[in-house]
Amino acid sequence: MKFGVVQFPGSNCDFDTFHVLRNVMKQDAVMLWHKDHDLKGVDCVVLPGGFSYGDYLRSGAIARFSPLMQEVKAFARGGGRVLGICNGFQILLELGLLPGAMLRNKNLKFLCRHVHIRVENEKTDFTRAAKKGQVLRIPIAHFDGNYYAPAGVLKDIERHRQVVFRYCDAGGTITEEANVNGSLAAIAGIRNREGNVLGLMPHPERASEALLGSEDGRTIFASLILSLEGRKPARRAAVRKKTGHD
Amino acid sequence: MIDKKILDQHSLTEDEYRLIVDLVGKEPNLTELGIFSVMWSEHCGYKSSRVHLKKLPTEGKHVVQGPGENAGILDIGDGQVIVFKIESHNHPSYIEPYQGAATGVGGILRDIFTMGARPIAVLDSLRFGPPDDPKNRSVMEGVVSGIAGYGNSIGVPTVGGEVYFDPCYNLNPLVNVFCLGLADKDKIFYAKAEGAGNKVLYVGAKTGRDGIHGATMASSEFGAETEHKRPNVQVGDPFKEKLLLEACLEVMDRGLIVGIQDMGAAGLTCSTTEMAAKGGMGIVVDLDKVPQREAGMTPYEILLSESQERMLLVATPDNVAAVQEVFAKWDLDAPVIGEVVEGGRARISFKGEVVVDIPVDAVVNLCPAYTRPSVAPAPPPAAPALDSLPLPADCGEVLLKLLASPTIADKEWVFRQYDHMVQVNTVFLPGADAALLRIKGSKKALAVTLDGNSLYTRLDPRTGARIAVAEACRNLACVGARPIGVTNCLNFGNPEKPEVMGQFEQAVTGLAEACRTFGIPVTGGNVSFYNDTEGLSIHPTPVLGIVGILDDIRKAVSPGFKAAGDALVLVGESFEELGGSEYLKVVHGLEAGAPPAIDLEQEKRNQEFLLEAVDAGLVRSAHDLSEGGLAVALAESAFHGARKVGCEVDLDEALRADALLFGESQSRIVVTCRRANVGRLLEMAAARGVPAKAIGLTGGAEIAVRQSGRELLRVPVEKACRIWKDSMPGFFEVRA
Repeated sequence: MKFGVVQFPGSNCDFDTFHVLRNVMKQDAVMLWHKDHDLKGVDCVVLPGGFSYGDYLRSGAIARFSPLMQEVKAFARGGGRVLGICNGFQILLELGLLPGAMLRNKNLKFLCRHVHIRVENEKTDFTRAAKKGQVLRIPIAHFDGNYYAPAGVLKDIERHRQVVFRYCDAGGTITEEANVNGSLAAIAGIRNREGNVLGLMPHPERASEALLGSEDGRTIFASLILSLEGRKPARRAAVRKKTGHD
Repeated sequence: MIDKKILDQHSLTEDEYRLIVDLVGKEPNLTELGIFSVMWSEHCGYKSSRVHLKKLPTEGKHVVQGPGENAGILDIGDGQVIVFKIESHNHPSYIEPYQGAATGVGGILRDIFTMGARPIAVLDSLRFGPPDDPKNRSVMEGVVSGIAGYGNSIGVPTVGGEVYFDPCYNLNPLVNVFCLGLADKDKIFYAKAEGAGNKVLYVGAKTGRDGIHGATMASSEFGAETEHKRPNVQVGDPFKEKLLLEACLEVMDRGLIVGIQDMGAAGLTCSTTEMAAKGGMGIVVDLDKVPQREAGMTPYEILLSESQERMLLVATPDNVAAVQEVFAKWDLDAPVIGEVVEGGRARISFKGEVVVDIPVDAVVNLCPAYTRPSVAPAPPPAAPALDSLPLPADCGEVLLKLLASPTIADKEWVFRQYDHMVQVNTVFLPGADAALLRIKGSKKALAVTLDGNSLYTRLDPRTGARIAVAEACRNLACVGARPIGVTNCLNFGNPEKPEVMGQFEQAVTGLAEACRTFGIPVTGGNVSFYNDTEGLSIHPTPVLGIVGILDDIRKAVSPGFKAAGDALVLVGESFEELGGSEYLKVVHGLEAGAPPAIDLEQEKRNQEFLLEAVDAGLVRSAHDLSEGGLAVALAESAFHGARKVGCEVDLDEALRADALLFGESQSRIVVTCRRANVGRLLEMAAARGVPAKAIGLTGGAEIAVRQSGRELLRVPVEKACRIWKDSMPGFFEVRA
């Protein structure tokens, strides 16, 4: 499978994600430059973590306007798989590909630590290698990861089983203490209604090698690979080229 | 026109001025005087320290580049080198904690990538006044957020360091930032302007009025008017630096440039004159071509600005377009502002007029060096005779008190604000004896630690400095790494005070002795004098940054107990030493006595033994004994274990209970191994002349220590761990 990792100015997990996709998951991977309009025929676009354009405004607020993101938007609307990690998730929210917004962490500090997340929906393209209710140990590293959505939107995403991960304790119980950034309904990751776009705050690429303390993040990449292998032709046809802004 | 008042404003003496007139061959104009004042400041010119720093060993088999460049370089094999250095940003961090610390990170990162290396790790040594004072808390919060704000954004992990507290830092916190970079050996770049006719390019952020005379500010004492110096502190832009980092590494990787230098202290002045002097050339610069943030800047301001995120490049004329193309890709300016010329002079013009014409050698290399008067430091306040010191009624309570004391307490509250995992190399999270980083595509790993106990150095500068080196190497040995090189940050008071110079001389002597014993070269560092505010000097604080290498990462050892039923072995000898201990300070309110003695040869044997045992696969965990002694080391080993296993220890030394539990005798390590391996481990120690004995077993849910069968303390691991973990957040977080 061919993955494309988007490089914005200020991305800083681009090389990490590329490293894991290529050297750990043994997939074909290319870098995609923010100023280009070319998705290089990839099967899946990954928006990596970092501080795109410095994120001095709102996290992800400027990245959504970059030339390449117009292509990514069209790619996603056509059914292409898009994975947004951390800053990538924030950008997907700004872009409107996922519902909701991010607030500052509840303790108003940057937080870098391992957390536990529970797989809420194992029947997605991003979790099909996981078991129902499986608890993954994956690090977070963010300032703005406190997920928020208006009541109506939350009701909607719950009804459509769009919540894919929630923060939990090591045993899988959702507690206030385990919800380290204060996210609404302890949401750590959501997908769109169609199921081809996922955003999550934890960094699976930082939990993909035993040497670094956890391999739980591989579950997400492995799921993606499985789903891409299964449904490749349908998605290929959906890729559009050089679409303008909408 | 240059009078005494102007000289005072530039922190130059009349003798220095006469020397400048002599070297330039005329009376300098104000701009030229400004250039000399920053380049000859203590911060840039090392005028009080140079004669002493010559004592430090700088050579060794790994050394590719010793002191004198932006950073030191060591060969780690397989065609790779590491580039590393530590720098202080103390003065700015007190005036404006967030930006002071942030730009400290930015500055040291540029020192590393200007040599062609990608920065892979940052560590900080931070020292503050006690956190029960709200002013100290506010400085600390600002500094920690500043480091986080810059490092997290640019994507270089902050993987460890240390945080110390003492009232001597109330008005003068220390922020020392260390950075480690990795490069290919054949892609190292130097700050040299070579080849007449080559072009000089200015890249990065525009020049503004910020930070003018920052280097001079860092070279004088602070008084109550410090607030007025706030505009001297620069403002950092990590996003700009990230772009600059990527663009610079790209032009270097493609071999498009001849030389490169960052604009740090003294900005454009320092980078132009230093590059020319190092290349044995002259340089012409047109200030009208320098990108400026605001209109109406004078040549003086443009030359002395310390605006951040700027670099100076030298490229052959045919590569200029290609260089500019790379910078355009990263949305950065890269105008040609000058040229390398023959003749050894810096000739700088502004609006068609030559405003500076001075010999670069005089500016860069002829700053006078002073052997300042010194007196031997006063002997430390004597500790009360141990007989008169009451033994604690409850040693368990003392342990809990020590675990809650800010210097010993868990620093997770600090470290979790730093992204310590980006770049996916961090094997040990902050809190281990040393930070451990894997090298992708290799079995090797790098270990780094920062160390320095300033109470020891205050009580006895030479011994304190020796201990700092020994302890740093011991920390590396505890993870299984062998030390290969040193950088140091020497934080002292006003060098014009003879007692401060005395401390400095003795500390440097101690450092030199210890580095020689361990066979590790000093490849560079930084001296920060004038850490005096309102007439009070800080404790002399040498901070050592030592890098080690581990050949096989699978053999790395972490400090936590691994399982119940392992044997505990104490390596090294315990003496009745309480002077300078955290116990005396926290429990008895005394900063007194002689620091623990150190036998460097014995220390080295103990470390060599540990490394051999690790290599043989015998060691399950290892943790060095430092502040708080054996009891704290046992507790921390329990806390670091995934299973929070406790231990049962029985000691037979005939020492006072408090000295046995909390004394800080040097060269000691607590090691665990499988019970079946104790015999082999002890034999190995004996063969090397290393004192070691089995002192008990891991297991249970308590930390329990007996002395010849009599119980000294018994504390539940859970409870102790909670106290240790909750202490630091307790100072900062409002509880409902």
